[in-house]
Amino acid sequence: MTIPVVGSHVWLDKPDLQRVLDALATSGYRVVGPQVADGAIVVRDLTSAADLPHGWLDEQDGGSYRLRRDPAAGTFDHVVGPHSLKNFLFPPHETIQRWSRVAGAWRQAPDAPAPPPLAVIGVRGCDLAALAVQDRVFIRDDFIDEAYKARRDRLFLVAVNCRRAAATCFCHSMGCGPEAQPGFDLALTEEASRFVVEVGSPKGAALLATVATRTEMPPCTPTEIDAARGVPRELERRMHARSASPGQPAPRSLNTHDIRDLLFANLEHPRWREVAERCLSCANCTLVCPTCFCHAVEDVSDLSGDEVARERHWASCFTLDHGRMHGDQPRPTTASRYRQWLTHKLAGWIDQFGTSGCTGCGRCITWCPVGIDLTEEVAAIRATDSRPLSPHPEARS
Amino acid sequence: MRPAPRSPWQSHMAEIAAIREETPGVRTYDLVLREPAAREAFRFEPGQFNMLHLPGIGEAALSVSSDPARPAVIGHTVRALGNVTQALARLTPGAEVVLRGPFGTPWPLDALRGRDVAIVAGGVGLASLRAAICRLAADRTDYGRIAILHGAQTPADLLYVDDHAAWRTAGIDVWTIVDRPDDAWRGPTGFVSELLDGLGIAAADMAILCCGPEPMMGAVGERAFALGLAPADLFVSLERNMACAAGICGLCQFGPAFVCKDGPVFRHDRIAPFLGVANL
Repeated sequence: MTIPVVGSHVWLDKPDLQRVLDALATSGYRVVGPQVADGAIVVRDLTSAADLPHGWLDEQDGGSYRLRRDPAAGTFDHVVGPHSLKNFLFPPHETIQRWSRVAGAWRQAPDAPAPPPLAVIGVRGCDLAALAVQDRVFIRDDFIDEAYKARRDRLFLVAVNCRRAAATCFCHSMGCGPEAQPGFDLALTEEASRFVVEVGSPKGAALLATVATRTEMPPCTPTEIDAARGVPRELERRMHARSASPGQPAPRSLNTHDIRDLLFANLEHPRWREVAERCLSCANCTLVCPTCFCHAVEDVSDLSGDEVARERHWASCFTLDHGRMHGDQPRPTTASRYRQWLTHKLAGWIDQFGTSGCTGCGRCITWCPVGIDLTEEVAAIRATDSRPLSPHPEARS
Repeated sequence: MRPAPRSPWQSHMAEIAAIREETPGVRTYDLVLREPAAREAFRFEPGQFNMLHLPGIGEAALSVSSDPARPAVIGHTVRALGNVTQALARLTPGAEVVLRGPFGTPWPLDALRGRDVAIVAGGVGLASLRAAICRLAADRTDYGRIAILHGAQTPADLLYVDDHAAWRTAGIDVWTIVDRPDDAWRGPTGFVSELLDGLGIAAADMAILCCGPEPMMGAVGERAFALGLAPADLFVSLERNMACAAGICGLCQFGPAFVCKDGPVFRHDRIAPFLGVANL
């Protein structure tokens, strides 16, 4: 029996992935992973590896998501669906405080017991990057959102190195993938009948050690490790070349050069009004975005008024309520709301958190009901940059 | 040493110790934290704000308007305008509220030592500057000339007129102006930006601290710069809706800034490119 160490690579036969799920469950984790449901690959509770979307591919494009069977497709040849880690670490609804009025006096009730730790199967490079972005929002050196941190600290991540990109993918432009960057506990690279498993953390090594007591997991040779690493790197090369995988449309691309100044210098660009002609202001893009963190907090009381929960729920800059202050609606037009979203995501985020808010996952393109494509919007603004002298005119492509 | 990170949601019970009617619709609430440890630990800087929560109703961001040298009594001067502030107006002394804070970037008073300071306020905007006035009066000899320019709609809307005598005694000029005078009004009539002409800005080494409605702050900036104020010497306090006060909820964004954390006090030239953009 080999005891895997951090940084090592071992082989795992595909049927033995079930042993990894079982070991996680035995260790007390709630395990979630990708599954076909409601016409999409969603992330939900996973007990059987047989429920993984083996043999399914997702064809994605602006405003379009279709699943199709493909006998050549492996277990993880789909890319990202509407769900992301955000749904679990920063849930759409959450009670952040409870208050009780007893004999006329308000007292804060103790926090609810923490839910079990979470293990997520099938996390992609862009998902890991989005997690790092959300960490910068919720876990900072001035303020820490304790509920987020409690979930984050106990998270177990089984990543997957992508070997296929959808037409909506542009992680290569954002430096977020397709190779899974550090942050995972285990990372899988899929081959025909087995996975190469990279051990990313002591937690991952400890879990594999429990699996290794019942399963043969031979170490990979240096040549095999190189071959496994080459899988996402070859995909990344093709993405940069905008050359599609066989039978697939070419992925998207985003020129991020000088993008903060480009967008903030073009706040009055006519393109905002043009995109508003198409945008429904439905907020889908903010809901599926793995980094969007805006939220509102409301007091919800029982009929007596003596039991009050402070409920946090996702907010969207596409709603009229966002930022509303005693009757004043700061962004009354769709143009102003789309501008807020895009400039925050790609420009303001850099000021606020030292990183782009975009990971190139493409969800906002796929799930936009009218197929608005942020890469296209940025390209249109760049092509007609209103600045008289761009410092880098060669970047206008 | 940098303080340890804290939870933005950490809350303290506070009792309303006193309520003062200031002007029509505007009251000052003196709050005292219930827990002795929280009361002793509470410090704030002029220009910072607290989140005041009334369970079952909601929460509002309110600037602290009391003397920072006496942080055991936390004063908030509040106009009853929204859900929370209207519910607050129905409370009486002895009632409990929940407080989180303080939050936000204060007025840069330390950096202005040795210079002239003009406090320019519109209406209840003076509430966000009163703590700064207390600090300036306490450290009066550290500053050059200090002037307060306060504009309100009517004479009855002028805040803190009872403080004027003490401020003047401390060596602070106090000028007031209203745009809807009554028969008894003997002062100037117009907008507070018009008082800037008398400050001698061109010859002075002056900074302006400004709080009021955004159009008023825009007018003050325009006039002050025309009179020769340096772009880096105007500071404004902005107001936006917010749920967390810590740069986590995203509701108060203004261009690249979080009003709660990067503000509410901003150096004007740092946000000037965004102030003129409609619906930002």
